[in-house]
Amino acid sequence: MPWMMPNILKNLFSSPATRKYPFETRQYWAGARGQLQIDLARCVFCGLCQRICPAQAITQYGNKKDPDVTIDYNPFACIYCARCAEKCPSGAIYIHESHAVPADRKITYGRNDISLSKGELS
Amino acid sequence: MSRITFPFGPQHPVLPEGIQLSLTCEDEKVVEVRPVIGYMHRGIEKAAERNPYPNNVFLCERICGICSFIHALSYCQLVEELMKVEVPPRARYLRVVWSELSRMHSHLLWLGLLADSFGFESLFMQCWRARETVLDILEMTTGQRVIQSSCIVGGVRRDINADQARQVREMLNKVKTEIDAVLPVFQKDYTIKARTVGKGVLPKGQAWTLGAVGPMLRASGWAWDCRSLGYAAYGELGFEPVVENGGDSYARTMVRARELVQSYELVLRALDSMPEGELAVKVKGAPPAGEAIMRTEQPRGELFEYARGNGTQQLERLKIRTPTFANLPALLAMLPGCEIADVPVIVLSIDPCIACTER
Ligand code: SF4
Ligand code: SF4
Repeated sequence: MPWMMPNILKNLFSSPATRKYPFETRQYWAGARGQLQIDLARCVFCGLCQRICPAQAITQYGNKKDPDVTIDYNPFACIYCARCAEKCPSGAIYIHESHAVPADRKITYGRNDISLSKGELS
Repeated sequence: MSRITFPFGPQHPVLPEGIQLSLTCEDEKVVEVRPVIGYMHRGIEKAAERNPYPNNVFLCERICGICSFIHALSYCQLVEELMKVEVPPRARYLRVVWSELSRMHSHLLWLGLLADSFGFESLFMQCWRARETVLDILEMTTGQRVIQSSCIVGGVRRDINADQARQVREMLNKVKTEIDAVLPVFQKDYTIKARTVGKGVLPKGQAWTLGAVGPMLRASGWAWDCRSLGYAAYGELGFEPVVENGGDSYARTMVRARELVQSYELVLRALDSMPEGELAVKVKGAPPAGEAIMRTEQPRGELFEYARGNGTQQLERLKIRTPTFANLPALLAMLPGCEIADVPVIVLSIDPCIACTER
């Protein structure tokens, strides 16, 4: 115990090491892989992201020329490796630094989600 | 005297993961140990045979939540060996930086768990607080705290620029101050010595014949560390293995404590001598028909990987022998004869990683 005493005394008078989450949140590091966002308006439906995704989290429905072609993104299958964002030729996928918040149901973005459907996002 | 057999685990306060040791005791003395493994098997080797080979980097990373970077690194080096790919020098240095940061946070985690195993809670918290800064460095430089995904076949995906390197040095110095505050406690504290000195002794000869690896082997007097093979940039950084001669839990603690400081120095040295240049080379084609092996040093010991290619995008076979798997026979030899109260400390002293063991 004597060897621990200096630490204990120091800790007694220093500010706490923890923060009061969720009232106080940590700043995100630039370049952190938090959440994935897909901007379908910019997507050219080349199918590359679906091919390279190691977790099969992206599915493309239809091919490039179909009028109702779209892609689905399942954030619950995604492992946030950011390979798709790195390789996407049109910059339609990007990684946001903030972490995803817990969800109460499993949702897939894309075909069934109007806020992400083709043409809705600028 | 009559014997009683009871299960230690798979749920036990000192075991972060599921393994069961079936202990047969006479009074308070352990006379026989039988391990029951299989709680965490995920079939990763089989899954790896179905993935295209570049995707396995992300799969291999998930074998273990602590040494994830070194798992990815080993797999990448294995495939590079198979495909005869030359990795750019800067990538090799960056790989050393992240490997050693992983080792630092693994050893800090372990030191904390050891303190926790004999109820030294304040020391446990202090170790984990220092670890948090290391995880911050990893997140800053790679994008994520635990699963870094920064190693790919042919090189690395992220760079550490001059500004980040300065920040890393500053944060590491903070970690070093915290390490310096806790290491004397591990070295000199009466309670810790009473619980570790002479507990779970593994004699030098037995360590070798039972095939122990990593800090287990080095604590029994063998200067055996795969980093001496000079993979990545270790050959250029003047690496010397840390050796202790006690062979007991205390010696294993000291090996890890000294390696912690050594890793800190290696990171700084790698950052100082990092050459400029490319981060990765483009790898084309598929692994050719043939075999390759790779040995790397994880925080827990030597990791051995074997791959067989067949000219397609998928590997025909990927075999991963993890360090805890190799250390289990030594654990079974150390336990008989000890008191029940010492079982948690001895089990922890091998730094068991069951998720690794069962893949
Ligand atoms: S890679 Fe980019 S452009 Fe191609 S389908 Fe995916 S999101 Fe669309
Ligand atoms: S981040 Fe990785 S896992 Fe997630 S969708 Fe993109 S490629 Fe797939």
